Amino acid sequence: MDFKNARELLELCEKHKMRISDVMRQREIEEGETTGEACDARMKKAYKIMGESARGSIEKPGKSMGGLLGGEAARLYGWQQGEGQARSLCGSVLGRAVTYAMAVLETNASMGLIVAAPTAGSSGIVPGVMLAMEEQFDFTEQEMVQTLYNAGAVGYLAMRNATVAGAVGGCQAEVGVASAMAASAAVELLGGSPKACLDAASTVLMNLLGLVCDPVGGLVEYPCQNRNAAGAAVALASAEMALAGVPQLIPLDEMIAVMYNVGRRIPAELRETALGGCATAPSACEACGKC
Amino acid sequence: MSFISVFDVLGPNMIGPSSSHTAGAARIAYLAQKMIAGPLVQVDFILYGSFARTYRGHGTDRALLGGIMGFDTDDVRIRESFAIAREQGIAFSFTPDLKENEVHPNTVDIHMMNKAGQEMRVRGESLGGGKARICRINQVEVDFTGEYSAAIVIHQDRPGVVAHITSVLSRHGVNIAFMRLFREGKGDIAYTIVESDGRLPEAVAGELRENENVHEVMIVQP
Repeated sequence: MDFKNARELLELCEKHKMRISDVMRQREIEEGETTGEACDARMKKAYKIMGESARGSIEKPGKSMGGLLGGEAARLYGWQQGEGQARSLCGSVLGRAVTYAMAVLETNASMGLIVAAPTAGSSGIVPGVMLAMEEQFDFTEQEMVQTLYNAGAVGYLAMRNATVAGAVGGCQAEVGVASAMAASAAVELLGGSPKACLDAASTVLMNLLGLVCDPVGGLVEYPCQNRNAAGAAVALASAEMALAGVPQLIPLDEMIAVMYNVGRRIPAELRETALGGCATAPSACEACGKC
Repeated sequence: MSFISVFDVLGPNMIGPSSSHTAGAARIAYLAQKMIAGPLVQVDFILYGSFARTYRGHGTDRALLGGIMGFDTDDVRIRESFAIAREQGIAFSFTPDLKENEVHPNTVDIHMMNKAGQEMRVRGESLGGGKARICRINQVEVDFTGEYSAAIVIHQDRPGVVAHITSVLSRHGVNIAFMRLFREGKGDIAYTIVESDGRLPEAVAGELRENENVHEVMIVQP
């Protein structure tokens, strides 16, 4: 069971009456020449690392290697638990997703253990959205682990048919794809159809189209952490639209092609070279002198 | 196109902050130390391109040293690799080379010396997403990613060596996926890299060494 694009994935889902996660899991077993048990054990480990990387830096914040990050997630978490309880704009799922997404980036920037999803610079979004939903809706661990295959399917489509490297396609290829993965997973978790999952992913890519990769000092710190928070927000908004049946005009295959096209036209200065964007703002250069 | 696993998307599990500058660096050094018999007493790293400019903030140095000690990309000991290397009696240095531009942006040369005084130089490139390849062993250009179960045979470039290698592998029922020979020059030192679909039995190393023209054999498992 294999597929090259989103259209073929949807056909497989329909033909076999399977969820996207089922198809992706079966593909891994068959094409990866392994067993379901081995895959699930590996995925379970990945989800465990995701959880630890999100909660670790909230409980024990530390300074990042480059010195630009440290304590942001704990601050947000503390505010949400305290005075922000009555005044939270984001509410529980989004608020928590944003906090966890930022926390993972802190763990990453301080040489902690993370799961690249699909990259280290975008590693906060999938865990952020997944962990927040697990807490809100009391899903079982097994349901969460299963749904990661759905996120993996969307990431695979982008990796195969476009890119997930910021140096090639800008931040839209990293945070954009990670957010598309999270949105699709969120829709499946709440019982949405395979098409609704991929519509949500398409909406995310559309809304993050053109996002540049401009890391201050060339480090995976700033604005990466903020962008992971923003990505989680776009993912949840897009998932909600898809669940409600708001139609998406452009199918995921086309949107991935659009993203790739735009990515290649982003000037090199704005593709992970730290020669433009936020990286060259005077305050960023000044802060970076201390890196 | 090679198979993209769901764990290429949700992975690698890695010590941050960068898949190319941290995980990829650890991976290069991990593969490099497989090329020489331990224990190592000295390792010198020369960093090029983006590695040379941003290695401190990315923990590239700690990752390289961790990889040299056999740590995987998700091993939390990478953070403490300087202290662990000192405990193990490994001397190390990092030298950025900002002048060399004719290399892949994330390149490192690793110069290793073991207790027996043997030396080896390995060049590696970090390709992104934690993927890496070894592109030079001593003076010879090679291409090795360690993604397959592999045997690296260092031998004199003489007739019969390749036949010896294939007959040993055939006796063990090994199906060869890729086999390539890289050499310094005709009759000089050559490196034959054999990659297998299944797991190469460790026992093949001893039998491969039985040929008089074979100098060293390393088995590298994925």
